[in-house]
Amino acid sequence: MSSTNSQSANDKVAEHDKVADQAGTYVAQFESKGSLVHRFQKFLHQYPVAAPLIVLILAIFGFSLIVGDRFLHPFNLSLVLQQVTIIGVIGIAQTLIILTAGIDLSVGAIMVLSSVVMGRMAIDYGIDPSLALLIGLATGAITGFINGTLITRLKLPPFIATLGSWNVFFALNLWYSKSETIRSQEIAANAPLLQWLGETINLFGARLTYGSILMLLLFVVIWYALNWTAWGRHVYATGDDPAAAKLAGIRTDRVLLSVYVLAGVICAVGAWVLIGRIGSVSPQAGYTTNLDSITAVVIGGCSLFGGRGSIFGTLVGALIVGVFRNGLALAGVDVLWQEFTVGILIIVAVGADQWIRKGTA
Amino acid sequence: MSVDMTQTPVLQAKRLVKRYGSVTAIDHAEFELYPGEILAVIGDNGAGKSSLIKALSGALVPDEGEILLDGKPVSFQSPMEARELGIETVYQNLAVAPALNIADNLFLGRELRKPGILGSVFRMLDKKAMEERARAKMQELGLLTIQNINQAVESLSGGQRQGVAVARSALFGSKVVIMDEPTAALGVKESRRVLNLIKEVRDRGLPIVLISHNMPHVFEVADRIHIHRLGKRAAVVTPQSHSMSDAVAIMTGAMEVDESTEAA
Ligand SMILES: Nc1ncnc2c1ncn2[C@@H]1O[C@H](COP(=O)(O)OP(=O)(O)O)[C@@H](O)[C@H]1O
Ligand SMILES: [Mg+2]
Repeated sequence: MSSTNSQSANDKVAEHDKVADQAGTYVAQFESKGSLVHRFQKFLHQYPVAAPLIVLILAIFGFSLIVGDRFLHPFNLSLVLQQVTIIGVIGIAQTLIILTAGIDLSVGAIMVLSSVVMGRMAIDYGIDPSLALLIGLATGAITGFINGTLITRLKLPPFIATLGSWNVFFALNLWYSKSETIRSQEIAANAPLLQWLGETINLFGARLTYGSILMLLLFVVIWYALNWTAWGRHVYATGDDPAAAKLAGIRTDRVLLSVYVLAGVICAVGAWVLIGRIGSVSPQAGYTTNLDSITAVVIGGCSLFGGRGSIFGTLVGALIVGVFRNGLALAGVDVLWQEFTVGILIIVAVGADQWIRKGTA
Repeated sequence: MSVDMTQTPVLQAKRLVKRYGSVTAIDHAEFELYPGEILAVIGDNGAGKSSLIKALSGALVPDEGEILLDGKPVSFQSPMEARELGIETVYQNLAVAPALNIADNLFLGRELRKPGILGSVFRMLDKKAMEERARAKMQELGLLTIQNINQAVESLSGGQRQGVAVARSALFGSKVVIMDEPTAALGVKESRRVLNLIKEVRDRGLPIVLISHNMPHVFEVADRIHIHRLGKRAAVVTPQSHSMSDAVAIMTGAMEVDESTEAA
């Protein structure tokens, strides 16, 4: 419409203006039509937790249709929460690190090593359980400090540094535990505090463990730290553009070190949750935690390139995996298809992240 | 705009020297920046502009000589120290964090905390105060086209991003703003907006040191032009007293200017 009009309008200036106006709205309309997708893209970009949340809601809706009431029963939902608690806690640590554009392959090993330290301190050495717990948390802090030092002082890429420390921590764990499991009854008799997070409270038919509640609290605390403190802004800035962060006066090495130490401590909290969940202390426990935590973070919409993502995205990401596993199991689908589905979810999530970021570049 | 040179210079360097091995990057250089002016610094590649500016912004510690701020001797060991004394630097490579929003970028590294125990114990950011001050500063500098102070900087154009960097320097620079090639990474239209912004900042009373290779830009906005050659100041001219080709001639040594009789 506009091309013929604007040609004839060349004769009269006034008319030209009018047509130009029309052409203007025409273009604007065209753009806003085309940009419905674009606006959605922008929305997802601005609220990184939105995309995974939509997926979670659709998944819950879908499984409640397929499986029926069994799925939506409070007891089943609390079971899902219990199943994702460890991944959730370790996912918090992984999120912090991925926000700095790093990655931590040693989170699982730190968790298991810390749990073995807690167990041996309390059972083999008979130390007061609360002190044993503190020593376990300190183990997490020290291992995190080692990772952080390798990355900030020796300037090793996080992937390589933590690939190495993963093996080192895991070997230390086998050595220190003598590859032996500390039995649940022994812990229950001598250090019940270590199992306390596995205890449940009843809430309208849902059975919440203290571990799940602790996980949710941890999410809130870290969300606060990331969004409402200068430290949190510095974590994002360090992952987003370290050069700009440095020019702004941020000591990015300190930020990184603090992130790795904190992640180590959170992994040790994960160790406590782990003992609560399985009852015993086993050097072979939590073997899949490493990759599962990365899965939760990625499905939760955090960018592996750093600086982008929301901590609650990781909770949602962990829940998505939990819901799919649980729903597919209830529907009688073979475990191998659960793995298949999680794999597809990861690929879709990373693809979506690329797409969302491209939309605003 | 005429510069009142009877006043004490805001920022001054006397017989500054910096050597890198056998290379003398700054060779007994003089430098003066007066209140309320835009002083352009031009010079050939390798003349020592960057070294001089680094010394003035704390990024480099000179071997000899003196730096005076408001007439008082100062020595900076780091850019942070210079910044704390009110000297802000805008870098050419758009030194903003793209995923953070405008307000976050303006206050990055200098966040405001809530009063009371919320701030002291819980370290809580005063987002409202930061947003308000960010909005006020953007508005004051005519960056109103940027509607949403909470939008990520990456959704802005290159010129708007540089606008954010300039706004940050104007927000915190209480004495001097140093701009190192602020338009080098920008297109024609974007450069124009940033140049207007620079004048805007000057008109609000902050003196500016502008390093630029772009002669038309320099001659458009500068009140005075410091021409650097072989590690020292060869001349100070004004856009009124000299032409662009004069400036280039001085820069390259084809024309000599007697420092004592120079136009200023
Ligand atoms: N870090 C450095 N190490 C060694 N030589 C340097 C260094 N920085 C600058 N120089 C030398 O000092 C001289 C001035 O450089 P510079 O200040 O960058 O000039 P300009 O910015 O005017 O191009 C050049 O000869 C350059 O090679
Ligand atoms: Mg230079």
